[in-house]
Amino acid sequence: MNIDFTTSTPIYLQIIEEFKRQIVTGLLKPGDKVPSQRDLAAQIKVNANTVQRAYREMEILGLVETLRGQGTFVCQSDQIVEETKSEMLTNLVDEFVRSVRALGLSQEAIMEVLKSRFADLEDGDEVNGQ
Amino acid sequence: MSKASNALVVSGLRKKYPKVEALKGVDLSLPQGEIWGLLGPNGSGKSTLLKCVVGLVNPDGGEISVLGQAPSRLTKAQIAFVPEVENLYRWMTIRQAIDFTATFYDDWQEDRVEELLGFMRLDPTKKVSSLSKGMRARLKLILALARKAPLILLDEPFSGIDPASRDRIVEGIVRQFKSEEQTMIISTHAVGDTEQLFDGVVFLDEGTINLKGNAEDLRTQYGRSINDLFKEVFA
Repeated sequence: MNIDFTTSTPIYLQIIEEFKRQIVTGLLKPGDKVPSQRDLAAQIKVNANTVQRAYREMEILGLVETLRGQGTFVCQSDQIVEETKSEMLTNLVDEFVRSVRALGLSQEAIMEVLKSRFADLEDGDEVNGQ
Repeated sequence: MSKASNALVVSGLRKKYPKVEALKGVDLSLPQGEIWGLLGPNGSGKSTLLKCVVGLVNPDGGEISVLGQAPSRLTKAQIAFVPEVENLYRWMTIRQAIDFTATFYDDWQEDRVEELLGFMRLDPTKKVSSLSKGMRARLKLILALARKAPLILLDEPFSGIDPASRDRIVEGIVRQFKSEEQTMIISTHAVGDTEQLFDGVVFLDEGTINLKGNAEDLRTQYGRSINDLFKEVFA
């Protein structure tokens, strides 16, 4: 795991975001073992207490579970993947809506562009800056 | 997460040297099991504060409690202090420097030495005089981490060393620090990419604390990295 920290937002939240990203994109699958807290801390050079906090939050969120003596695993539940996906989608769309609203365009105009961009992308076009 | 006790409590600490007032009433309490950054430019009082805690400098006023006790020979034995100045004999080999240091401490863990040497990529047969500044910094950290000291104080461990050594030291601290039984204070005047090491930070400015707190809370509160806050405060 590699995290490109901005450090202007709490690091433990960025760790959780990275796990969510890996879960929804399938890099991490339900039941996969994730690094131990100490290994992840060493790998990303982050204070072990911060990593511990991220893992504790993820356990509460139901993203991972720790089995005594065996390690920490992504929860065995497809529901978690779907829920995380829809949560991330909502966040992305909210962000998008906020930004484009500022342009003062009509919803129809925006939807038009959105549709045509999706079509372009299916033709193998690259999204700018992605 | 409530930590039962503080590893270090400092209140109203003052120290005046003939020409400068190094500490002008410092109040501080550090929870056990955490790594704190003591941040400030050169001459802000960081070293004086650490030396008061160790018992190498006598304060003019205020109180210090190390693991619940006033500084004494007993508390000194519980602190691993790595000074900024060169404290190694240059004619010794790394192995000799390690063996020499080991004789001073009851909490020395010889079984940790090999692992630490390997991790820090140091060849024990090399002479101290042949080491780069970064290698000497790594050796000094080994000497501190080989002890089972409840309180570890590192004075400017990143000062003037190469980026590769700095990365090794950061990773070494993350890997070797035992939060169940240890507390660490690291002083530095260059926050840079070491800020993710810290549970909490203290900004020391000309002998006065002007900002302190949990690092994640400060990031949330100000929406900025510790490094950016540092630059702002000391601009």
